[in-house]
Amino acid sequence: MSVNQYRSVGSRVFDAVNIAVLVGLGLITLLPLLYVLAGSFASESEIASRTFFLWPEKFVTSTYEYIFATDVFVRALLTTIGVTLVGTVVQVALTLTMAYPLAKRYLPGRTLALNLVIFTVVFSGGIIPTYLVVRDLGLLNSYWALILPLAINPFYLIIVKSFFQELPEALEEAARIDGCTEMGVFFKIVLPLSKPIIATFSLFYAVGIWNDYMSPLLYIDDSSKWTLQVLVRQLTGADAQNALSALETVFFPTQGLKFAVVVIATLPILCFYPFLQKHFVKGVLIGSVKE
Amino acid sequence: MATDLASPPVRAAKAPRREPGRAARALWRYRWLYLMLIPGLAYFLVFKYVPMRGLQIAFQDFVPFLGYNGSEWVGFKHFVDLFTGPDFNRLMYNTLFLALLNIVFVFPAPIIVALMLNELRINIVKRSVQSLIYIPHFLSWTIVASLTYILFSVDYGVLAGWVHEFLGGTKVDYVAQPEWFRPIIILQTLWKTTGWTTIIYLAALAGVNQDLYEAARMDGAGRLRQLWHVTLPAIRPTIVVMAILMSGNLLDMSFEQIWLMTNNLNRSTADVFDTFVYYVGINQGAFSYATAVGLFKGVAGVLLIFGSNWLAKRLGQNGLF
Repeated sequence: MSVNQYRSVGSRVFDAVNIAVLVGLGLITLLPLLYVLAGSFASESEIASRTFFLWPEKFVTSTYEYIFATDVFVRALLTTIGVTLVGTVVQVALTLTMAYPLAKRYLPGRTLALNLVIFTVVFSGGIIPTYLVVRDLGLLNSYWALILPLAINPFYLIIVKSFFQELPEALEEAARIDGCTEMGVFFKIVLPLSKPIIATFSLFYAVGIWNDYMSPLLYIDDSSKWTLQVLVRQLTGADAQNALSALETVFFPTQGLKFAVVVIATLPILCFYPFLQKHFVKGVLIGSVKE
Repeated sequence: MATDLASPPVRAAKAPRREPGRAARALWRYRWLYLMLIPGLAYFLVFKYVPMRGLQIAFQDFVPFLGYNGSEWVGFKHFVDLFTGPDFNRLMYNTLFLALLNIVFVFPAPIIVALMLNELRINIVKRSVQSLIYIPHFLSWTIVASLTYILFSVDYGVLAGWVHEFLGGTKVDYVAQPEWFRPIIILQTLWKTTGWTTIIYLAALAGVNQDLYEAARMDGAGRLRQLWHVTLPAIRPTIVVMAILMSGNLLDMSFEQIWLMTNNLNRSTADVFDTFVYYVGINQGAFSYATAVGLFKGVAGVLLIFGSNWLAKRLGQNGLF
């Protein structure tokens, strides 16, 4: 390997510019988030007087105290946590149980079922017909409307199916000879071997539910059932004043309050980020290779 | 199921062919597997296929009270209304304009960034930059929109503040200007998706045969020539697949993104098919008309993905299917 090619002047200038641009991109990503974090701990007058800052002159926690003392916020936070937890369990369970039979090449009817799944990726009924189904099922204003319509992501299903296909058939065969039913094989052999992929897709689904704004927008009218994302929207949108009049406790959306709500809605994602990055990178690559 | 039974796979081959009640036996033999299939299939039937049947209301004057069977059939009335009405040109123009901007700016961005990262040989810098630029992928559109309002609006907005401080003049409310809508949307998309999409190109870059670089160097190729003659051809299949995927989704603007950035002041440039469907269907209750608009977009999307796949094959590349 020749290292000389990296020593020329042109090459060094190229490297310097390259590093500068990439670090710049990193900063563009990071700075808005840091500004919002700093702003959430700053006083209203400081936010108004300083255009941009990364550290508040005077450290104030009153915004957060206000938030955690206000019903609307606490309720939205608890709602979102609850829906995310229950929803993730339901969605992962449905995905795993469907992926397992689809992984069995000898199962009559498997191809038909797979094609039914894949067709939904290419074509769908769309917003209104789906809304009408959810309405006919009586799920409007129900938390289940935030979970069930998106219960199985076809892409995740197919990745999990491919993973199951790779598992050594001999282990399952041995269990069957010992008198295990398919159900027993699934719970005692397959699931314990699948812990990493279960963890990965739990994160996938959890992030999806936590970040979902379209489902609550479509299916939830009742302001007492708002999720965090809806609240963030109502507080920071262009018509925040009008939107918030739907609430029984009317309050003035100060700038600091907006910052703090954005921080609260982002924080769990950032806390999980190291795991997310590791698993998602793996997931996105499996997905791109095996489909 | 019939086709599968006609050509028995390995397992079923043990049973004699054409034996009466074979389907019933297979059902019994694999009862647990079929049982496990039921909840998932039920999901797809109820939330994917029943809505497809619901598309019939695009050809009806649907009245919820009368139901799918009771509502009057009107043929292509809603489609004629759409194509001859005042909305169609605006929706088509806005959608295609954004699609074009996506092709020009959003599509190449991750390729360029991935190539730059690939040239970076200081591992710690590379890893740090990667960790940072992946973050926005995990943030919701609501958060991205909120950050945009915080940075770009006229009160407290950082950009308006800076422009005012350094260039003077009156502050501009970027989020309320129709002409600023498209640049803001593209900036958002770049910020949120570029870093993450580099993963796919970086994986392709990692697979490039290193001997090719050695050979190119022997022939006296500098770094830029290696980039042009070795690296780019090597990741071309990946670029083609990504291009097909993108053209299939050309009309699919992210509903959440556009909806969150639309307000009464910028509606003239902001409205695209998806947000229009929501606005007309849910807010105004015109279920049938909105469904017709959605169906038009859905069919156009299917044609686009098959068309671009066909085109890729004609150009001698591997398609998706």
